[in-house]
Amino acid sequence: MIAELGHFALIAAFSVALVQMIVPMVGAWKGWSGWMAAAAPAAIAQVALVAVSFAALTHAFVTSDFSLRLVVLNSHTDKPMLYKVSGVWGNHEGSLLLWVLILSAFGAAAAMFGGRLPATLRARVLAVQASVGVAFYAFILFTSNPFVRLAQPPFNGEDLNPLLQDPGLAFHPPFLYLGYVGLSMAFSFAVAALIEGRVDAAWGRWVRPWTLAAWLFLTVGIALGSWWAYYELGWGGFWFWDPVENASFMPWLIAAALLHSAIVVEKREALKAWTILLAILAFGFSLVGTFIVRSGVLTSVHAFANDPERGVFILLILGVFVGGALTLYALRAPAMQARGVFGVVSRESALVVNNLLLAVSAFVVFVGTVWPLVAELAFDRTLSVGPPFFNAAFTPFVIALAVLVPLGSALPWKRGRAKAVRAMGPVALLALAVAGLVWAMQTGRSLGGPLGAGLGVWLVAGALVDLVTRTGRGRWSDRLGRVTRLPGADWGKALAHGGLGLTIFGVAALTAWQQEGVAVLDIGDRLAVGRYEVELREVERVQGPNYVATRATLAAYEGGREIGSLRPEKRVYPVARMPTTEAGIDSGLFRDLYTVIGDPQTGGGWAVRVYVKPYANWIWGGAIVMALGGVLSLGDRRYRVAAGAQKVRVAEVPAE
Amino acid sequence: MRTLLLLILLATPAGAVQPDEMLDDPALEARARDLSQGLRCLVCRNESIDESNADLARDMRLLVRERLAAGESDAEIVEGLVDRYGEFVLLEPQRNGANLILWGAPLLLLLAGAGVAAAHIMRQSKAVPDGLDPAEEAQLRELLDETRPR
Repeated sequence: MIAELGHFALIAAFSVALVQMIVPMVGAWKGWSGWMAAAAPAAIAQVALVAVSFAALTHAFVTSDFSLRLVVLNSHTDKPMLYKVSGVWGNHEGSLLLWVLILSAFGAAAAMFGGRLPATLRARVLAVQASVGVAFYAFILFTSNPFVRLAQPPFNGEDLNPLLQDPGLAFHPPFLYLGYVGLSMAFSFAVAALIEGRVDAAWGRWVRPWTLAAWLFLTVGIALGSWWAYYELGWGGFWFWDPVENASFMPWLIAAALLHSAIVVEKREALKAWTILLAILAFGFSLVGTFIVRSGVLTSVHAFANDPERGVFILLILGVFVGGALTLYALRAPAMQARGVFGVVSRESALVVNNLLLAVSAFVVFVGTVWPLVAELAFDRTLSVGPPFFNAAFTPFVIALAVLVPLGSALPWKRGRAKAVRAMGPVALLALAVAGLVWAMQTGRSLGGPLGAGLGVWLVAGALVDLVTRTGRGRWSDRLGRVTRLPGADWGKALAHGGLGLTIFGVAALTAWQQEGVAVLDIGDRLAVGRYEVELREVERVQGPNYVATRATLAAYEGGREIGSLRPEKRVYPVARMPTTEAGIDSGLFRDLYTVIGDPQTGGGWAVRVYVKPYANWIWGGAIVMALGGVLSLGDRRYRVAAGAQKVRVAEVPAE
Repeated sequence: MRTLLLLILLATPAGAVQPDEMLDDPALEARARDLSQGLRCLVCRNESIDESNADLARDMRLLVRERLAAGESDAEIVEGLVDRYGEFVLLEPQRNGANLILWGAPLLLLLAGAGVAAAHIMRQSKAVPDGLDPAEEAQLRELLDETRPR
């Protein structure tokens, strides 16, 4: 009964979205304020209905209602409660329901907080947002219904994939989706602006918070996924350039570009057409990502051919929305002339280069991701594009971008002189000195370590110097006081740029200086890796709620002194018939000691693997600092105070 | 269900290189590790044979080490594996034929993008600084007319 209620609510949400798509759009076109006003209540009704539907599915999972096909395939009565709940979105159908829940929530938020938008723009934004919803409701209802009942319910379920039964992965999809779907707001604003035929500074100011929110959720989501891979997959890899990872990384790159170009629109009324294009592309890449993940086309062309229904449907959605938006763009964009004039050396130019690097690098990832498909279809070559290609092709863009960031943020708007970046001189010297020192101190000849250290210092110190420069002139005590009173956006910028430096350093250090040891150990044997030693103390069998585990107890020594014990596990989930590894990790600020227990050996003893992973946590720490920067910037009072204040008429640019 | 299966293949817990497989000569073993990291485990999803613990990956690791012990060069070993399994086994795509499009893409995209960006910056910098557009000119004239004594 409750499941049917959820199904019914979803159909009702579909109907409401249809109304919300058509009525306000016609109203905005004809100038009928009553029709335009229908958008906001419809958006709120929509989210309420989807929430009911989502709650119904959650109820089925929590109560283990095995008359639902989806629950049978993805749950089990012994599964811990957290994973019963996260099992709701740990599968195709449920994750799409989460997708539309977030989509409608963003729409409702725009309806509630968009009171100061011009009525026609608001109506059109909500109508475009609803049209995306219509497409995805149809997708769920016609191809991926989560509420399908079974005629003969089994006694128990088949359990969720054990790899997904992990706190890190429980929250990874919701954050990713908040990011993916959040970009739909930027898309809706862009399409609405194209229909309106007007993009001005105010538009830039409205679209930026939504993009910022989407970007920061994507940042957290990607970081969670990477962290999960690090501790769960058993060898401490943090990024694999897998198509599914790239699917989330491309929108992130484009969203980062969009964030920066929207600043130029807001402050200087330049780069308008480009910003609109980026907003379309950002959501376009989100849809491409959804297509890649949901159709399975890139993992196996044959999997796609056997079950093409879902893939074709998403491809259709992708074609209609991106194709339609780009056509509209081609018609309307040429009329959007930039007003703000800027010199060759200026903040605007630096941001253009930033956008160039971010957008091109996103397309490089895209080309590498789809190349196996293209090569097979067009050139009849079955090949792989793996990490060696991506590392070679992508790293130069990261380095160029990292070099640019402190320089660009020191340049003034409009027209700068080269001497404006003079404040960064000492920072550059410091970065070079650190890189040189690291080069001299490290064993081995890796270039990545010193480069990463130098860029990390350059970005972090550059962000600090930039923050201090912003306090103006005067006594140091006054300036220190002023630092705390700087706008949130300034702090956000400093944190985001500094966080990027931390992540770059973490990635470079881990890649360059990781140490590894493998050995067969009996109880009491020791394995030395670098300045660390690990002793196997005990191996026992442990019964978990829905698994059995072999757990080793290892004592860790640093320079002969005991620093703690580690408990790596090897688990077997009998229902899903799958093993997983749980690494035993001693986390630290400067290094992780990462241990894995393997199989018992025929000659006695166990295979034990020990890694020393320097600065591993800086990778995700940097991402969290970046996201924190996004939060601070989002909290900047200028958005709340001035978000609705429309500029005077002269700021408008007619498209006709 | 199929995606589930793929996920399983993607993420089988790593046994990776086992102690009993390793060569005694550290220099040869280091070469084996380097080679393994560039070879794809054919039944896995996007994993190198160095990371994977699939049986096939183990066989391939042993094969690589056998050849190394027999004194073959890195290039010969890779060539032998490509002959046997096809270029699908290489995680780093070959730089030949149509693949030149792939390898050239980053530079070409960057140059094309840089051309457009440079043209845009030059145009913006040569525009009349802070000029008024026709609509503003008209508005200004209107204002001046209003204030002018008749």
